[in-house]
Order: sequence, then structure tokens, then C-alpha cells
Amino acid sequence: MTQLLSPPGRRAVHIGRYAGTVSPRAVLVGLAGLALTAVVAVYSIGHGSFTIAPGDVVDTLLGGGTPAQKLIVLDLRLPRILTALLVGAALAISGALTQTFARNPLASPDVLGVTHGASLGAVAVIVAGGGAAIGMVPLAALAGALVTATLVYVLAWRRGIDGFRLVLVGIGVGEVVTAGVSWFLVRAEIVDATRATIWLNGSVAGAEWDQVRPLSIGLAVLIPLAVATAFTLQAMQFDDDVARSLGVRLQAARLAVVLTAVALAAAAVAAAGPIEFVAFVVPQIALRLCGGSRPPLIVSAVLGALLVAVADLAARLALPERELPVGLVTAMVGAPYLLWLLIRTNRRVSA
Amino acid sequence: MTDPSLADAPVAPAPRPEPRLRARGLQLAYGDAVVVDGLDLDIADGAVTAVVGPNGCGKSTLLRALGRLLKPRAGEVLLDGHRIDRMPTREVARIIGMLPQSPVAPDGLTVADLVMRGRHPHQNWFRQWSPADQKIVTEALEWTDMRELADRPVDTLSGGQRQRAWISMAVAQGTEVLLLDEPTTYLDLSHQIDVLDLVARLHRERDRTIVMVLHDLNLAARYADHVVAMRDGRIVAQGPPASVFTVELLEEVFGLAALVVPDPATGTPLVVPLPRG
Repeated sequence: MTQLLSPPGRRAVHIGRYAGTVSPRAVLVGLAGLALTAVVAVYSIGHGSFTIAPGDVVDTLLGGGTPAQKLIVLDLRLPRILTALLVGAALAISGALTQTFARNPLASPDVLGVTHGASLGAVAVIVAGGGAAIGMVPLAALAGALVTATLVYVLAWRRGIDGFRLVLVGIGVGEVVTAGVSWFLVRAEIVDATRATIWLNGSVAGAEWDQVRPLSIGLAVLIPLAVATAFTLQAMQFDDDVARSLGVRLQAARLAVVLTAVALAAAAVAAAGPIEFVAFVVPQIALRLCGGSRPPLIVSAVLGALLVAVADLAARLALPERELPVGLVTAMVGAPYLLWLLIRTNRRVSA
Repeated sequence: MTDPSLADAPVAPAPRPEPRLRARGLQLAYGDAVVVDGLDLDIADGAVTAVVGPNGCGKSTLLRALGRLLKPRAGEVLLDGHRIDRMPTREVARIIGMLPQSPVAPDGLTVADLVMRGRHPHQNWFRQWSPADQKIVTEALEWTDMRELADRPVDTLSGGQRQRAWISMAVAQGTEVLLLDEPTTYLDLSHQIDVLDLVARLHRERDRTIVMVLHDLNLAARYADHVVAMRDGRIVAQGPPASVFTVELLEEVFGLAALVVPDPATGTPLVVPLPRG
């Protein structure tokens, strides 16, 4: 017998009862991403109208620092950077799940109706309720996201869910819901319309601990769920007939993946508004950095957190006076990437 | 056709009285379109069965039902006497493997990755990879002569190599029954022979029960122990190739005027279509 083949690019690991494989390259990319994220986070916390040196930031985070530093770092700036990190991670994992089960690198939770639904919920509350209802916006966004995603799923159901059909129905429903958003904006008082537009661009400015807590509890549940679906996900990459003959209970598996992806994206959008392109771009970047046939979930989360943290910092450095919404910056990075990917995909098909 | 001698054509030797995979009173439909109606079929254990028939006769649909990919409208598919649609998906996947006509592998998936996926029905969340899996996958790659191509992405392979890679996955899955839907589609003749030789070896060396849908009657005659001829969702005749591929039956099933002569290479029936008009 010749030497056994090791899984290409992967190492077998045993941890307790668990036996599986990991890709050393993905571990490396993940660790590098984490280190970079930590650096950006510390710099970002230190940067502002009252600058704090990185050493003092770390010191304060670890329990030291002066009372003033504590106030600025822990109460004012930490919630904002944490929101950026959590939202980025949630969107990126959601995107990785969506792209894998839809077998389409152009898919993102947007096509599941999450973003549009959240926008409608948030804008409706801002316009109808005025300034008084601003505290209700995250809840309205969450409700709008979940209702719209359910609607997409129900409309796409025809003796089961087909990934391609789900994407098409999602785009159709998204158009209708977007028209609803425009309708509210046109009818709105100018002050409300401005406020709604800012929300629609996605922003982590003004994030407080009250937003961070529910978000981190949500992710503490959802991210392990997402990772648990990875085992089934790798068999769901094939066409339906192959997946089922490999023993995948396709409808149940698909429902679990869609639910997890929707919940992650909804939590993120409720906290920070629609931050564009993170869910769509980051999984593809992670895939290219790590290799393999599907976007890696954990690495996507790390890079998603990194991208939103960097975008938020860049937004504040570029226009210190006006606080550019972070969603604008991610879109500026994401749109050219989308075009590049489209051109590349076209080439491959016509080749 | 009214000729009773055809319906009573000699039946293939059945090694066991009760085959593992059977269909009873099967009715299959897509939406309102009934494709197969009232079909009974026993799949001979350890034999190669070829299903032939004109386009749209329901042969691929029948194969999907046998593989539990399509739920019967009426009737049942039985595996070891149990209704297959009531068995757990995973359990069926350890006994029956299925390759659709043009299976799609995701971009960037390597041959080794693909063959590893064949172990999926034998794994669970806690045991996603084991030394036993590793041994079986290595063997499957070697047995199908794909070891050298193990690190290549499936989408960069030629048609013939790609089909070998999928068969390698089926070998790793280790199912006793393997269903193949037109495994030779889009392949040139020499690669068709390659793939079918591999299937024949799978049957001979690994004692697998094979059911394949084939378009080429001469290849069906050469590689199958048992031929099932279908038309309009029904089985018109079945038996050894020599009893099915007759001038009368070709006329009835395919509307084809043809000569049937012994294949000079193998002695199996060789269908030679006559010029029309």
C-alpha cells in the first residue's frame, strides 16, 4: 500500500471527541486578521477630538488609566468600535452562508430581503414617528428584516426551496420593498428624511452599550450555530441531487442555513443600518486568501470585523468634521470589487 | 404491441428470489405531467442493468425515484423491503449512490476534496474526518487512477477525467448500489469506453449493483447483463441484451428500422440502423 493521501491543504485534528480537519493557511490568515483588527481597534479608540496614545488605550482596556481616559475609552469609544467589529463579523458570516447555499458568489443577505426589509421598518418608524421614535428604530429594523425574509422564503417555496429561485424572488421582493422606502422618504418632512437617509447609509457613530449588549448576546448564539452548519454546508455545495444522494436532508439543512444567515444579518442591520457590500465582498476576499471551494466562515468573520473597523476609522480620518457614514466607505471599496468580480465571472463563462 | 412472445421474453437469471431494490406500481410525475405510470421493476443484485428508451420515456425519472431523489406519486420503491421514502436520507446514502447526468462541482474544489465528500454519509459532526476515511479515499483515487490528479481543481479537468473523478467519489462513498444517469454524455467514444470499462470493473471487482441510463444501444448491449427498454413511462421489455435488442423491439420502442448482427468484437447484439426511405 502506498502512502496515504492527506487532505490537500488541510491537517487532521483531534480535540476531545471532535475529529476533523483544519487548513493551516486559513488559521494563519485568521490569526493575522485578528492581530490587524486589534491594532486598528486600539488606534481607532485612541483617535478622536481627544487623542489617547495606543499604550494608554491598552492600559485603560486592561483596567488602568485615569478617570478621564476611562470615561472616553470605556463609555464613549469602546461601544462604537465593538459595534463595528460585531456588525462586520455578523454580516460577513451571513454572506458566507448565503453564497455557499445559493451556490452563487454574487448572493448576499440582501437577496434574502433582510436589508430592504430592515430599511423599510426603520424608515417607516423614523418618518411616521418623528424624532420621538428614534429609540424604536433598531426594533423596527429587526422586525422589518425578519418579516421580509419570511415573505421571501414563503414566496420562493414550491415543494421545497431552490437556491436560484430564492435569489430571484428575493430580488423581486427587494424591489417592491425599496419602492416602499422611497414612498416614505418622499412623503417625509425634510428633517425626518435626512435622518432616515443617514440611517440608510449605515453608521456605527453614537453606538452605546445598550446596543452592544443585545448584539453580542445574539452573535454568541448565532456564530456557533453558523459554524455547526459548516459540516452540512460542504455537501450542499453540489447540485441538489448530488447533495441528497450524499445523505443531506436538503430542505431541513437549507432552512437552518437560511435562518442563521437571516438572523445574523438582521441583528447587524438593526444595530448599524445597512452597511453595504460587507456581506458580499468579505467572503470572496476570505475565499481568495484561504483557497478552497467555499468561503471560510471564521476567517470571513475576522475579516468582516476588520473591514468595518477600518472603514469606520477611514470615514473619521477623511472628514473629521462631518463623520462620513461607514456604509459609504465600504460601498466605495465594494463597488469596484463587484465590477471586477463580474468582469472576471463573465470571462470565465465565455472562455 | 400485441405479440405475447415479447412480454414473455426470457427473464434474466435472478441470483436471489428477493432483490434488494424493487419498484412496485410506481407512478412518477412532475407537477401535473405523469412521466411513469404503473411500473414494476426488480433490480438484479450484483448485475449491471442498463435502462434504454427514446428521449422523454421516463428513464432518468425512474432512476431518480430509485435513488430516492423523487417521491413517487403512487406506488413505492423498496430497499430491503422498506419503503425508501420513509428511510432516513443518510441510511439510504450508505447503500445507494447516484451520479446525475452532468453533476456540478463548485469552483476550486480539488479532485481529492470531491472524493473526500463521498465519505459524508459515513461521517457526523463530531467525526468529520478519520484515518479510515483517509484510507478509503486514497484507495478510491488509486483504484480509479486519479491519484496524480488529486490536487487539480475538478473544473480544470477534461470531460473524461471529470467523470472518473465523480466515479471515484462514488467508490469512496462505498455504496452497494450505484445509479448512473448517462455517464457517457458529452464524451468522445474512447472516453465513453474508458468510463464504461471503469463501471464494469466496479461491478466485477467490487461486486456492485449498477443501474445506468444509456443512450447508446450498442454500448448498453456490450456492458449490461440486463437491459430494461422503456417507452412512454412503461417497461416494454427486459432481459439479457440478446433478448431485448431484436428487430421487432427496436421498431416498437424506438420506431427504428435496423438490423441486429453479432458484434464482431464481443458477440453481443450490434444494432445497425437502416437508411430511411
